[in-house]
Amino acid sequence: MADILEVHHLYKAFGGVKAVVDVSFNLKDGQLLAMIGPNGAGKSTCFNLINGQLRPDHGDIFIMGKNVNGSKPRDVWNLGVGRTFQITSTFASMSVLENVQMAQLSYYKRTKSLLQKVGRLYVDESMALLKLLGIEDQAERACGVLAYGDLKRVELAVALANKPKLLLMDEPTAGMGPSEAQNLMELTKDIVHTQNIGVLFTEHDMAVVFNHADRIIVLNRGELAAEGTPDEVQANEKVKEIYLGHGEPAGIGKKELIPADSKEA
Amino acid sequence: MGFYLVQFLTGLSDASALFLVACGLSLIFGVLRIVNLAHGSFYMLGAYIAFSLIAYLPQGAFFFWTGILLAALIVGLVGVILEVFLLRRLYSAPELFILFATFGVVLMVQDLSRWLFGAEDILGQMAPGLEGSIDIMGTLLPQYDIALIVIAPLILVGLWLLLNRTRWGILVRAATEDREMSSALGVNQTWLFTTVFFLGSCLAGLGGAVQLPKGGANLLMDLNMIAAAFVIVVVGGMGSIPGAYLASVIIGQLNSFGVLIFPQSTLFLMFLAMAVVLTIRPHGLFGEIEAEEHAAAQTAGTVLKPASKKVRLLGLILLILIFVLPVFVGQFTLVLMTEIALFALVSMSLYFLMTGGMVTFGHAAFFGGGAYSAALLVHHLQTPMELAIFFAPLAVGLLALIIGWFCVRLSGVYFAILTLAFAQICWSVVFQWAEFTGGDDGLLTIWPSKWASEKIVFYYLTMVLCIGGILLLRFFIFTPFGYTMRACRDSALRVDSIGINLRRHQWLAFAIAGVFAGLAGGVYVFSKGSVFPDEMAIPRSFDFLFMVLLGGVETLFGPVAGSAAYTWLHDKIARFDFWQLAIGCIFIFLVVAFPRGIAGSVHNRFGKFFED
Ligand SMILES: Nc1ncnc2c1ncn2[C@@H]1O[C@H](COP(=O)(O)OP(=O)(O)O)[C@@H](O)[C@H]1O
Ligand SMILES: [Mg+2]
Repeated sequence: MADILEVHHLYKAFGGVKAVVDVSFNLKDGQLLAMIGPNGAGKSTCFNLINGQLRPDHGDIFIMGKNVNGSKPRDVWNLGVGRTFQITSTFASMSVLENVQMAQLSYYKRTKSLLQKVGRLYVDESMALLKLLGIEDQAERACGVLAYGDLKRVELAVALANKPKLLLMDEPTAGMGPSEAQNLMELTKDIVHTQNIGVLFTEHDMAVVFNHADRIIVLNRGELAAEGTPDEVQANEKVKEIYLGHGEPAGIGKKELIPADSKEA
Repeated sequence: MGFYLVQFLTGLSDASALFLVACGLSLIFGVLRIVNLAHGSFYMLGAYIAFSLIAYLPQGAFFFWTGILLAALIVGLVGVILEVFLLRRLYSAPELFILFATFGVVLMVQDLSRWLFGAEDILGQMAPGLEGSIDIMGTLLPQYDIALIVIAPLILVGLWLLLNRTRWGILVRAATEDREMSSALGVNQTWLFTTVFFLGSCLAGLGGAVQLPKGGANLLMDLNMIAAAFVIVVVGGMGSIPGAYLASVIIGQLNSFGVLIFPQSTLFLMFLAMAVVLTIRPHGLFGEIEAEEHAAAQTAGTVLKPASKKVRLLGLILLILIFVLPVFVGQFTLVLMTEIALFALVSMSLYFLMTGGMVTFGHAAFFGGGAYSAALLVHHLQTPMELAIFFAPLAVGLLALIIGWFCVRLSGVYFAILTLAFAQICWSVVFQWAEFTGGDDGLLTIWPSKWASEKIVFYYLTMVLCIGGILLLRFFIFTPFGYTMRACRDSALRVDSIGINLRRHQWLAFAIAGVFAGLAGGVYVFSKGSVFPDEMAIPRSFDFLFMVLLGGVETLFGPVAGSAAYTWLHDKIARFDFWQLAIGCIFIFLVVAFPRGIAGSVHNRFGKFFED
């Protein structure tokens, strides 16, 4: 299997703060890779480096074999990458449906068209995505007034509109209840397997991570602290120390390092 | 050799007043995050007040300089009055409303100055002891120029000491770098804001006062200076005082040597300098990149819906009324209606830009550009009306592509400032290049073709073009391109991450808006039979903005209603002698009374009625 994402020796510092230090990993298609670590570990920075929002100080990123060093976010999207943000970013004055339609218009390269109204362009495709994510009843509401959990779903729908080969999800379940979060990740897993795409995601709810990730990488203070299957990571002494030695970072208690019992849920 | 040296020194002395004004502007922006359009007016007031004081005080060098310093202090106090009584109420309003309110002040100061000091240009008094000239290798340099050359670096050093060596200065710098943090540190913001505004205004007044012996005082000083100060701030980098000095020197030298190379328009060289700097460093020579993030996003609009049945019906009734109107009314009303229709088209094109988050303060450049394109074609090439009206929008589209290429690199207030500076430069080219454009006297006898010379025929012609244009623009807003523009306004981050090139779309939108504003301008010149530089001047740009804001940015119908209301109001008020004063008061009143948007309030009340 080809590696859909390869990250080689990535470095990024903000002034004196070393946000990402010598991070390397890769991701195959059909795989869910979780990136975990305490707040400020450099997870979002990694995402921003991969999708071109930030430029690495050193290191290379290959997406489907193409070096994306120096690419802009829009170039990365055009390679077939969808992304959701930790702090959601949608078009507030547009309806949920229009947000997804916008992504479709971009996917089909129609954004410069001045000859016909948007009207029902790509409505069926967009509604199908909204249905998939269970927010079809919100389609006509403005994103500016949506609940946070629903906004996260809109972002996912927008990312999926790109028919991505690689999906980057920064805290996709923030703002959702535990069962809602499990459901969303279950859904993501389905999509990953049916469409054979690769997913990199961060998540603070350990139950979600250990239930759904195929592999896990652990970041701590910008450095790669551990890497492996959920079982390996869980057994890793260093990881326990990171989580327990630092006091207890938000949402991560001892209990949650033990996988939730219901793998089928 | 001596000649070039003198030219260089003249440039340096020109830079002094520019620097004083620009660094005041920059200082105020850095701390208060307010772009004070009245800053140029303070400069003008400085000159007038200094003139009056020096005339009143006894003769002699001591009293001369006392007069200059007193003038600066008085202007500083005027600034404090403005800050305390007006701006303080508006800090939570959208940035553009504050800009708008300060423009109201510009209009008021214009008329008040005309009333107090007269409309004639004033020749400044000579500085006692510095009346003569010195001989530099055979070329004469006025002694007063030397004084000016010395003043700017002195102020620069003084400001540096003030900002780096005093507690107050440290607070100012802290506030400039991080406003939230300094307020968290318990800095008394109210006091800090007022003192900074005082100092900034003093500097503007001082700038006007010290250039008095050289340039005198006149009523064009305010807008000319504000445009120049914007160019300097943009070139030097917003908030940077050394940047302001360097940029002033560059612009001063360009003015001085530019006269030798391109005497028609020295301001055109300013444009070139700005263009070069912005291409290489979009945030100016000393600007910080983060600055762009500070340019707060515009207030998000509401979801656009296609017209409801009631609105469509209303539109249809309006169309019928427009069609049958000539049967019932006289020529005078037809002329007024023609004007309203043309302004409505311009407002609609401005509104179209605003849906993309681009609030331009220089739309008059496109309207006036269209008018001048058509007029110049007729004047120099005897082009028939039909062709002139056809080429005017194309010419303006080209102009918009050039200006837009630079402007879309910036956003928010920076974008607004840059468009204003470009528009003022366009105005100055038309104003200064008299052989080609007629200068201040304008171009006359630009009449329609024979078949359209009847007022009634021209009325129908205008209506067809304007209504067609307005409906087309409205259609554009609902196309994929229009959606993309609204997306660009809502979230640049999201637009970029779904593969859309934001700048390219905004650039295209800029050109489209230019084409339609140019079309309106092209028709306008034939309806009036003449065109004057005023059509391109800054107040015109604000007229259009005002029409859009008056009509409301929430509805597509707004720009049309706003143009009608404003043109009618203007027609009534313009008969009074000091009508700018009145308009300025109205601007300020509306902004203070409706800080969330004038039409927004109306829309909230009546919007329900028009829903299905
Ligand atoms: N734009 C930025 N400027 C300065 N520092 C930043 C920036 N973005 C992130 N950082 C810093 O980099 C570190 C990693 O942040 P981040 O990647 O957001 O962590 P995480 O997503 O794992 O919580 C933090 O110390 C954060 O303060
Ligand atoms: Mg994060």
